[in-house]
Amino acid sequence: MNDFLETLQSRSDLIQQAFLEHIYLSFVALAIGIAIALPLGILIARYRKYAEPVIGITAIFQTIPSLALFGFLVPLIGIGSKTALIALIIYALLPILRNTYTGLTSVDSSIIEAGRGMGMTRTQILKQIEFPLALPFIMAGIRTATVLTVGIATLATFVGAGGLGDVIYRGLQSYNNSLVLAGALPVALLAISFDLLLKWVEKKATPKGMKTR
Amino acid sequence: MIRFDKVTKRFADGTEALKEISLIIPTGMLTVIIGPSGCGKTTLMKMINRLETPTSGDILIDEKSIKERDEVELRRSIGYVIQRIGLFPHMTIAKNAALVPTLKGWTAEKTQTRVSELMDIVGLDPDTYLNRFPLELSGGQQQRVGVVRALAGDPNIILMDEPFSALDPISREQLQDELRNLQENIQKTIVFVTHDMDEALKIADHMIVLRAGKVEQTGSPQELINEPANEFVRNFIGEERINRKRSFGKWKMSELSPYYMQSKIGEQIVSINSSEEVEQAIALLEQPHTDVLAVYKDEEFVGYMDQSALLKAVLAKEVGASSNE
Repeated sequence: MNDFLETLQSRSDLIQQAFLEHIYLSFVALAIGIAIALPLGILIARYRKYAEPVIGITAIFQTIPSLALFGFLVPLIGIGSKTALIALIIYALLPILRNTYTGLTSVDSSIIEAGRGMGMTRTQILKQIEFPLALPFIMAGIRTATVLTVGIATLATFVGAGGLGDVIYRGLQSYNNSLVLAGALPVALLAISFDLLLKWVEKKATPKGMKTR
Repeated sequence: MIRFDKVTKRFADGTEALKEISLIIPTGMLTVIIGPSGCGKTTLMKMINRLETPTSGDILIDEKSIKERDEVELRRSIGYVIQRIGLFPHMTIAKNAALVPTLKGWTAEKTQTRVSELMDIVGLDPDTYLNRFPLELSGGQQQRVGVVRALAGDPNIILMDEPFSALDPISREQLQDELRNLQENIQKTIVFVTHDMDEALKIADHMIVLRAGKVEQTGSPQELINEPANEFVRNFIGEERINRKRSFGKWKMSELSPYYMQSKIGEQIVSINSSEEVEQAIALLEQPHTDVLAVYKDEEFVGYMDQSALLKAVLAKEVGASSNE
């Protein structure tokens, strides 16, 4: 235990920098992932015949072991944070895409028809009915993607993108268990706190009228 | 007036939901479209606000084809109450009810006044209910809000797709009565789809009986009962209902003259003219402070009639009538 605290102190610069890098990687990957998957999810919910292939492709990406994916990308893109981000984005896509699609398609069709019958345009139906009703699903997808991304970002160290993986890797190389722990613990804390934060957002996002059910 | 001109609907799988239907839905009346499930009644109704498109033929509102009108604008001008709930669960009652006025761009003030007014009409206190969510209301209350929402944009035409079918029998009866009363006041063109014959006979001004995509008969409820066009309509209305609705009301009080009593039992007397129908007499006797009716023929007193005497008279007439047939 003393060893661990000592390590924390002596390596605080390294840990701090790695921590910030880790947050940067996770956040940027997530933001871009949402920016791609959310509109895509809305599109495939509208044009459903494309839903299967699109979700299928992202699912295939998901099955590639993360270490291998980082490996594949290096010869293509080289090393650095760009490579790490691309890999992380690919992993973030599926949960957000699938949940957006499921959320939108599970809105009761009679409610949508009521909207149409009332004279709402397609965009109004999407904004005022489908999206609010699907929001809890979408938030759950983002939550899954966040935890996933924070975890996988540990591997960014292998493509030279830094992050808390650096700390863990150095610890492993030097048989320094304290250092491994000093890298792993913040990752876990980061994942848990993001998860809790988003859980709260998810709850807030649930339309008020739906909670009485 | 809504006019269907040789409207056919064929679905992608080849089934013909409607076969060359031509009919008229009169203005200012409550028209009920009735038929067994799968007869095309909902499809027929949804064509009016273009939720369904005819394969061939045309639909005209006041002699103007709905094809020429903008789909969204058309729907905003027609009230729509759907089966089951149909309220948006994530919006308050106020937002739900104000939907069409908001879409139409009414001012907040005008919308609010209109919604509160309508809430009062359907018996929901605006202050209590406007800030609640649909799922906090009972089924009957929700459907009342559904009616408010349909009326809010002040449409001339209102479409109702089996609006009361998911309600318990008591709420259903209540809402049917309320709808009937409401219609007396607002005189809108209401198109009401149902498969429930009791409901249809109770609320309709005009009825359209549909079977397998074809119109079997149109007419007032009384016309349908008195002269069912064919065996199908007769069976669909039901022998029992035909007898029940026919026997009463058909007789005039004067026809029951052999059964008049010359002395009265009871204190509370109400007079009735002998040209009135039996139905009227029953209605009078059902009132709390009436024991016996004094029957007059052209100002001249001819006899008394109380409940049991009336019943006896009607029964005797019934037996006589059926043995003559």
